[in-house]
Amino acid sequence: MTRPMLVVDGISKTFNPGTPNAKQALRDVRLSLQPGEFVIIIGSNGAGKSTLLSAIAGRFSVDRGRIVLDGVDMTDWPEHRRAKAIGRVFQDPLMGTSPSLSILENMAIADKRGKPRGLRSSLGAAHRRRYQEALKELELGLEGRLGAKVGTLSGGERQALSLLMATFTEPKLLLLDEHTAALDPKRAELVLKLTERIVRTKGLTTLMITHNMEHALRMGDRLIMMHGGEIVLDLGREEKARMRVPDLLAAFERVRGEALLDDRLVLG
Amino acid sequence: MALFYGSLEQGLIFGIMAIGVYLTFRVLNFPDLTVDGSFTLGGATAASLIVAGWNPWAASLVTLFTGAAAGLVTGLLHTKGKINGLLAGILTMIGLYSINLRVMGRANVSLLKQSTVKTDLEALSKSLGVDRHLVFMAVFLLVLLVIKGLIDWFLRTDLGTAVRATGDNPTMVKSFGVDTDRTIILGLMLSNALVGFSGGLIAQYHGYADAQMGIGMIIIGLASVIIGEVLVGAPTIVRATLAAAVGAIAYRFVIALALTANMSPNDLKLLTALIVILALILPPRWEKRRLRRRLEAAGDTANRAMSHDPAAGGTVNSATALSAVSTDKEGDAR
Repeated sequence: MTRPMLVVDGISKTFNPGTPNAKQALRDVRLSLQPGEFVIIIGSNGAGKSTLLSAIAGRFSVDRGRIVLDGVDMTDWPEHRRAKAIGRVFQDPLMGTSPSLSILENMAIADKRGKPRGLRSSLGAAHRRRYQEALKELELGLEGRLGAKVGTLSGGERQALSLLMATFTEPKLLLLDEHTAALDPKRAELVLKLTERIVRTKGLTTLMITHNMEHALRMGDRLIMMHGGEIVLDLGREEKARMRVPDLLAAFERVRGEALLDDRLVLG
Repeated sequence: MALFYGSLEQGLIFGIMAIGVYLTFRVLNFPDLTVDGSFTLGGATAASLIVAGWNPWAASLVTLFTGAAAGLVTGLLHTKGKINGLLAGILTMIGLYSINLRVMGRANVSLLKQSTVKTDLEALSKSLGVDRHLVFMAVFLLVLLVIKGLIDWFLRTDLGTAVRATGDNPTMVKSFGVDTDRTIILGLMLSNALVGFSGGLIAQYHGYADAQMGIGMIIIGLASVIIGEVLVGAPTIVRATLAAAVGAIAYRFVIALALTANMSPNDLKLLTALIVILALILPPRWEKRRLRRRLEAAGDTANRAMSHDPAAGGTVNSATALSAVSTDKEGDAR
């Protein structure tokens, strides 16, 4: 076994503690990812999936437990410091890009992840060529529209660009929070294909949340199911390969002892 | 004619302030009320240093730093103190009122009989044998253009791009490792440096600094930025900073016009407020109407041809319509 890329060591988080609205969103979550491992997370609403990703990204501090990335404990780091090594794509296609900046300027911001931002410019000819090379991979023709403001792109184009930007500097960890949920099926499929290709060619350690059971079974090396702020099921590659959608539902019911009553889960 | 020259010359100096307000109001998306205080601080700093025997040009440079310090305070209150941006600006502004009185030692400092930037330029025009207004305008225009050029350049550097993205989408820029506290503070310092510098030059141009000279300055700055956007447009940085400067000059002419029309100087602030209110209400409405027309046009095309986007097939028009509506929403939110 090599050293794990990500170790989530028993983290817990309660929102609004000590009030009637107190909600324990994460309960002693333990998770370890090998370098290059592509892990899918499923679970019903309020299961703690997004909270887990936010905790890893540092949007809030956890009550207990440690988060270690590539051997470095970053539990006490602020969000922007963790972001030097963590790429994220959000559910909302508007969140991952800067609308009034051009495609070129957005790429420059992505390109400087983890590097000091000074009084040089990353908008010159050599940079443009690199960005265009990368944009070509999206097959959306964005490489010919470097000067276009990102706000003028469609949701699908923006999300594909977000994905490219999040992975451009090959972060140690990629967090995908239902990044295709707001897209129509055709564009969702396109972004998923890009995800598969980029994650595999760059060998990125990835955590991806989805509500789509079919996507969950088709993609990734490992499948995690969350419920009530806990990981209730953790399937490796072989077990996952044998699973079908009904098996997955049955497994869920077995683990929780309750029927799965969530119409947001797409049965595929 | 004196009114014409006066308006143009003041407009050029106020243009520096307007570019500062553009930096916070448009680039950072932060309505920064520090401006009323930092403008006066610039005037107070320059006047006090000149009275103390400083070279007026050196005193003017110092106002850049005192202005930046005012911006730093607002920035720290907002980012580290977690105080709402409007309130942070107001707090600094109110605090500066006392500080400005301290700096000047009294409510106003006269610069009559002192060597100022203005008297230096008058001396220059005499030695060149040209009209003094020609020299004023040439020098003020040069200073304005240099500052505009520097800001244009800065906003396209890696750091400047991060500042712009901070105002545009803080979540995104944080996810790429930018410390938004630092970019916000930097933007506020830069903005108030320009505002202070403008205040220092205005004090020398008018021949006095006064504790009241900054009152309503933020509104004048906003009026300049918005008038400029209507007149010049702001599709790029270069155009947007130009728009702020042009707007500042245009604003001076509006005021001059109101004064020639025998409007009482006491009513000028009300007039300014009305201009800003109209400029804030009307352009978004025009934009909405234009958008609706564009949507209707897109709907017509939909009936004739199914698609112009091969990737999207037949769904393209609803998708374009949706993205157009969402841009509209973003505009409203801002």
